[in-house]
Amino acid sequence: MGATANPQVLDPARVARARSAHRRKRLDRIGDGALYTVCLLAALLAIATILLIGYQVVHGASPAISKYGLGFLTDSTWQPNFGEFGAGSLIFGTAVSSFFALLLGAPIAIAIGLYLSLLAPSGVRGVVAPLVEMLAAIPSVILGFWGVLVLAPFVQGTLEPFLHDSFGFVPIFGAPETTGASVFTASLILTIMVVPIIASISRDLFTAVPRDVQDGASALGATRWEVVRGVVLPSTSSGIVAASLLGLGRALGEAIAVAQVIGAGSEIQASLFKTGDTLAARIANQFPGALTEMHKSSLFYLGVILLVIGLASNLIAQWIGRRFGDAGGALR
Amino acid sequence: MSDAGFDPTAPLTPSGNLRRRRLFSRFAESGATAAAVLAVAVLGIVVFTVVSRGASALNLDFLIKGAPAGIGPELVGTAIIVGIATAIAMPIGVLIALFITEFAGSRATNVVRLTLDLMNGLPSIIIGLFIFGLLVNHRKPSGFAGSVALAIIEVPLIARGSQEVLMLVPPSLREAADALGVSRWRAVLGIVLPTALGGIVTATVLSVARAAGETAPLIFASFIFDPGEYSLNPFESLPNVPVRIFQLSEEANPTGFAEAWGLSFVLVSLILFASLGARALLARSKKRMAS
Repeated sequence: MGATANPQVLDPARVARARSAHRRKRLDRIGDGALYTVCLLAALLAIATILLIGYQVVHGASPAISKYGLGFLTDSTWQPNFGEFGAGSLIFGTAVSSFFALLLGAPIAIAIGLYLSLLAPSGVRGVVAPLVEMLAAIPSVILGFWGVLVLAPFVQGTLEPFLHDSFGFVPIFGAPETTGASVFTASLILTIMVVPIIASISRDLFTAVPRDVQDGASALGATRWEVVRGVVLPSTSSGIVAASLLGLGRALGEAIAVAQVIGAGSEIQASLFKTGDTLAARIANQFPGALTEMHKSSLFYLGVILLVIGLASNLIAQWIGRRFGDAGGALR
Repeated sequence: MSDAGFDPTAPLTPSGNLRRRRLFSRFAESGATAAAVLAVAVLGIVVFTVVSRGASALNLDFLIKGAPAGIGPELVGTAIIVGIATAIAMPIGVLIALFITEFAGSRATNVVRLTLDLMNGLPSIIIGLFIFGLLVNHRKPSGFAGSVALAIIEVPLIARGSQEVLMLVPPSLREAADALGVSRWRAVLGIVLPTALGGIVTATVLSVARAAGETAPLIFASFIFDPGEYSLNPFESLPNVPVRIFQLSEEANPTGFAEAWGLSFVLVSLILFASLGARALLARSKKRMAS
């Protein structure tokens, strides 16, 4: 309207209006630009943070990387007093504890997902689903503390002797230690941590399976289990794998709770009932009291290994989610 | 279905193979139910232990005094660290969410989302190492370094939660603003953000609940440090709840355990109430926006 104002007619009100409209338009242009810039900067900051994290961790590890090279990954000696470091037993401990956590946790979590999406009456679902998610909200340090004082004595006094007596011929169920601190206890704590993650993702996956396909199977005479086995699980299998990988990522990276219950052992042992240690737990336990720069740098090197494994499992999970469609919605 | 042929008077009950399939199905159903019961039971046991052992330690002196009688300094320290972290993370998280919903094309959206997912999946101990290398090494440990670490944990949670509610803002509102010739930034600040405010607050509260219990990054940023008295300067080391629990759990000391149970009780109840309340709020505001 400012542009159409006739300059011949010098109506002061009209001129003022035109001016203010002009000013507002300029302000709007600045405002739009500023908002866009700030939003863009925030997004770039997030990307920069991820890159910087990678850089800092590798940078901190560089003395140890140049000294030990890739041999660090297989060497199992860890003696800070003599300046000898190797991640072999820690990689082993991380793999074993996370593997058993997933072996126990994934079936339980998938069963919970099935229960919440297909079986539970809606009233029960509204109560149980938040409770399962609450399990993920309990801080790991408290879960670890509970593990030390409540779970570990039970595991050491009851569960481990029972498993040893019944299945002692399998080397993983060796004689229990005198304290409850063991790889097995750590696996149980990690199980408690991965279950809610996998359960909530798989619930979303199962809920998204089209109802009429399931009804079709039922109409053909399939029992409820056969519907699950023949329709629900096959159509969501890639999503379940992705969910399990996310759970695995959580288990691999958990430091505090594991540091509390695993007992900080330094040997590779077949028995689950012995003490062990993981990459993350070793960093948490020793970093505050690190003796030398090389000790610190070696702990950073453990961080590099952890970062690579963690990012890889996360990226693969994302990739599966995108590649095989069905999990895409539920994973974010 | 025996060789007796079809018997129209036989009762309509499953037999043979069908009976076995039904039984197996029933068995699988009870297995799934048992799994859910197990998870709830574990939560119940953990919470019950924390409450029953922690509540006895609780009284006013315990909450406000310093060591060895109380946990006041730790509570204040955690409040300061998490407060600063949230003050950093909330604007950044909301701006990232706005970038995704308002400005980014599909490729930029993918990149930013992937970044957020990776940030979210990062082990918190790695964030601790990062903060040590960035802010603590060759300088001194501080509560502020801990805040930055917790902010990195909070940002993806806030961004994702906010993005979800921003997507739920009815398109008709934006269209109405466009039709009135309202510029983008006015529409965002005046219409979109206020509509989504409930969800943004919820996401922030949930992220605070998550950050308040994080221990690993604080070990690197603030070190294991507990003078037993109040300290308020965020540029020095601050005593805080999670690290104190960690420290006490590593020492075999019964009075220390009692204090740790008390700390756990306070922390768990704050976190559970915050997340339950936030979830209820989210469900309500989502319902309101959808209708």
